[in-house]
Amino acid sequence: MAQSIASGRPEAPAPVRHINGRLYLLVGVAAVAWIIAYNVIQPIADGITYNILGLEHGSHFGDSLAFFLYDVPKVLLLLGGMIFMISIVRTFFSPERTRALLGGKRQGIGNVLAAMLGIVTPFCSCSAVPLFIGFVESGIPLGVTFSFLIAAPTINEVAVILLYGMFGWQIAALYVASGLVIAIIAGMIIGRLKLERYVEDFVWQLKAGTGGLQEHLTWEDRIYRAWESVKEIVGKVWIYVVIGIAVGAGIHGFVPESALASIMGSQAWWSVPAAVLIGIPLYSNAAGVVPIVGALIEKGASLGTALAFMMSVVGLSLPEMIILRRVLKPQLIVVFVGVIAGAIIITGYMFNLLIR
Amino acid sequence: MAQVQVKVLGSGCANCKRLEETVRKVAAARGIEIALEKVTEYNDMMKWNIMQTPGLVVNDKLVSAGRIPKEDEIAKLLLA
Repeated sequence: MAQSIASGRPEAPAPVRHINGRLYLLVGVAAVAWIIAYNVIQPIADGITYNILGLEHGSHFGDSLAFFLYDVPKVLLLLGGMIFMISIVRTFFSPERTRALLGGKRQGIGNVLAAMLGIVTPFCSCSAVPLFIGFVESGIPLGVTFSFLIAAPTINEVAVILLYGMFGWQIAALYVASGLVIAIIAGMIIGRLKLERYVEDFVWQLKAGTGGLQEHLTWEDRIYRAWESVKEIVGKVWIYVVIGIAVGAGIHGFVPESALASIMGSQAWWSVPAAVLIGIPLYSNAAGVVPIVGALIEKGASLGTALAFMMSVVGLSLPEMIILRRVLKPQLIVVFVGVIAGAIIITGYMFNLLIR
Repeated sequence: MAQVQVKVLGSGCANCKRLEETVRKVAAARGIEIALEKVTEYNDMMKWNIMQTPGLVVNDKLVSAGRIPKEDEIAKLLLA
């Protein structure tokens, strides 16, 4: 007979391990619940629309409702799950660390690295100024700093998650890739133009930046922070998701196919620059714009025009430009917006050409 | 207990205000005496090499940036 294993051994310090164990168990249970939920929403949405309410397949309202009932929980689940995982990754990066990684890299490589780091470094527009000053002060070239500042808000995790959830990984990957290319090239162009004199003078007079916040995080900290991120972002964004999907569902169910082909289709060559220009003053949460953009594409808008519109809305925001005015003189802001807009337009044309 | 010198770094966005309110609330609830100053000019903020607002400075050291720590954590930072 097996003897009790525990006999004779001194008691290990239980409290800390006990708490950690429960946290991991909670995360595990949440993951399983998520997987189950994700798989039942389609049958439930169809069941409610076509069986319980008795609507017909192919009817305007029926199709709109099924679309809505399926996509809202699906998108919210995706947002919650992926933001959690992305936030965990982000706890390994900080602006201080990014600054250290970019220090000493010259143009070219620096731009590529800065754009990639813009995706994983946590960023919010209100932090644009301290971050800009911090980078520039520690000797990172202006163009490289701009590559970061363009990539970070444009390659917005909510936008990418929504594109993935609604249109599949290819479109999401396309969006990320074009965001990167635009950030890299725009940053390089701005670097070449040697616009240092259009940065507000006080920035150059501050002393060089090193050090700053140093944090050592445990896994418990990371999980806690990721969960806080999920609550914060989903809390801010869910209403726009619901509204956006409702509008998208309406377009999906009620607008006839190809209704938009004449004004937003690839035949209308002016649709790309027009889309970008309209998008500049508009600033919307990515959550609101993606479902609408998707429905537009379905009804005949070409992919290039729709993506260009989306990048313009999400990547060029009036509030952020106003904030950046504290450190950039107007000429530089104009160049900044112009170069990005130009790059987005070119990308829009490329997609229209490549994807018929 | 000596007064804790606290500064909240931020240029006025909603999160910065929330950090200030939360810090005051925690200090009041736990009887910690603080002298709280708001720093809103970037010129002044950069003294602590902050890269993300809002920032929390306790006794002249930057202890948190870019987020609002939970109340227990703020209490620990104030008493450290």
